[in-house]
Amino acid sequence: MIIDPHAHMISRTTDDYEAMAKAGIVAVIEPAFWLGQARTNVGSFIDYFSLISGFERFRAGQFGIRHYCTIGLNPKEANNEPLAEAVLDVLPRFLAKEGVVAMGELGYDEQTPAEDRALRAQIELAKEFDLPIMIHTPHRDKHAGTLRTMDVLKEHNFDPARCVIDHNNEETIRDVLERGYWLGFSIYPQTKMGSERMAVLVENYGPERLIVNSACDWGVSDPLAVAKTARLMAQRGVSAEAIRKVVYGNALAVYGLNGEMREEHWLAPAPIDQRTLYEGNSVLRGGQTPRIEQPGRPVDELRIT
Amino acid sequence: MANAPHRFRNGRSENAVLDGFLALADEWIARAADAGGAEWFRSATNDIVHAANDRTLGVAIGLAPRRLGKADLALTDDDRQRAAALRPGFDPSDWSIDQLARVAFMIASHDGNDVAFAARFDSFCSSAALNELIALCRGLPLYPGAALIEPRAREAVRSGMKPVFEAVAHNNPYPGEVFGEDAWNHMVVKALFIGSSLWPVQGLDARANPHLARMLVDLARERWAAGRPVSAELWRCVAPYADAEGVAALTRVWQGGEGKDRLAIALALQHPAGASVDLPFREEVVQFKTRLAAEKIGWRDVA
Repeated sequence: MIIDPHAHMISRTTDDYEAMAKAGIVAVIEPAFWLGQARTNVGSFIDYFSLISGFERFRAGQFGIRHYCTIGLNPKEANNEPLAEAVLDVLPRFLAKEGVVAMGELGYDEQTPAEDRALRAQIELAKEFDLPIMIHTPHRDKHAGTLRTMDVLKEHNFDPARCVIDHNNEETIRDVLERGYWLGFSIYPQTKMGSERMAVLVENYGPERLIVNSACDWGVSDPLAVAKTARLMAQRGVSAEAIRKVVYGNALAVYGLNGEMREEHWLAPAPIDQRTLYEGNSVLRGGQTPRIEQPGRPVDELRIT
Repeated sequence: MANAPHRFRNGRSENAVLDGFLALADEWIARAADAGGAEWFRSATNDIVHAANDRTLGVAIGLAPRRLGKADLALTDDDRQRAAALRPGFDPSDWSIDQLARVAFMIASHDGNDVAFAARFDSFCSSAALNELIALCRGLPLYPGAALIEPRAREAVRSGMKPVFEAVAHNNPYPGEVFGEDAWNHMVVKALFIGSSLWPVQGLDARANPHLARMLVDLARERWAAGRPVSAELWRCVAPYADAEGVAALTRVWQGGEGKDRLAIALALQHPAGASVDLPFREEVVQFKTRLAAEKIGWRDVA
């Protein structure tokens, strides 16, 4: 069983969902982030938050995958200050919703004063609503930005055990581990982290608090990245127990903290859930190696019914 | 424990359905939830009644399943009778405890101003999570100002999410009472189109009409052309008002369909308007009518 705790599924197709379910992915977390283009008004944010807590949840359920989300104002768009104010005002409306497992992605992009203000305001909201936090670390000036983010979290007395610092690499892993945070690694072709490098990190640092995700979105990315990394680690001889932690157990531990994501959701779904949003899935029981199948149907399959 | 919720503590106007419903909800939740959950429900309801803005309501609606769980209410026959006595057609038989609480919270926010309530309801539906929307729509027959919330009810039956559609269409007297003919017809056709069922729709026979019969015959022909099955329930709203094409379709089904299709047509022809439809197989229907009565076959059985 696999959890992909960072997947922007609104950008993905039904083929992706089918392939993910076949590869053993039982649950995904969709963090609120930017859409590739800046939004121009608060209504667009309201619709987006509603979509990832509403229709996308339903859509995932049709493929036997449980869908959760994180809610937050992303750092890029925090720089439009009047809009950021309006978004911060509507956030509380979404934070108590079912399936919201954290605030995120929060953090820095260019590390501007506006980004700093939005980050701090949202850390306080997370405390008020008893939510874990998912931190997006900046693409540029990453190491310094990551350290600064952790300093701000500490200043606000936010418990590192309730916080995932995401998009780590070889340069950030030591500092983040030392400070007691959970660490996300996005297996994202060409930019963030590769599956072989990930396997090496697990071998060198052990599986504690490390979490693998795909961060699949509208860019060149792979919704099967977590499953493929799990298989690669197995081939390299990483223990089944360690693999299970980094592709399943650790994500469940931290994103399950507010009680909205529970193993029973996919292992023993309540009848009322099956009636409403979940079509059920033949899950892989613990310890089994995930199957990897390419998304899409065979090219010679012409019969469409 | 806090006192049972009272909407009029602020001098709010009396509304027997709203207050009766809140009393039922309080009793059923006290029975189905643990002590902490029941206490939370009461205090959240009272907070909503006295709240200065909608944030309290939003948080309470969001937290309901976390505080109360999602168990079925498991109502007794007596409970169901009390529900129907409070509001004819109101049927919470398959509601869960969190759904009941969410509807109760929405209703507790009513301060006597139906227009403001409709705006609040609309706003909450527009940003509702999936399960919240299902619950809020199930409450449609209870809300004040039925006509004011109709746009949102119609929006819900336009939803691509089957459980949201069914929250309005099934076990709910609201659409049959409020929807105009076009909205009603589209809801009925859509139920079959998305693979839902008709038997839980209230008021079907009373609102059968020639236009709906024609739309359904079109749907059946489209399905036949695609080689797809046609639900036996479809004939329920065709048989009473069948035109020439309707008669042709019914005849085709009668002659070539399964036993269930024949039973459905025989059931449908019990509609008073069905007596005047000129059917070539009318004689054969008689023996099926005997079977319907003897075996107590209803619409649920042919779905």
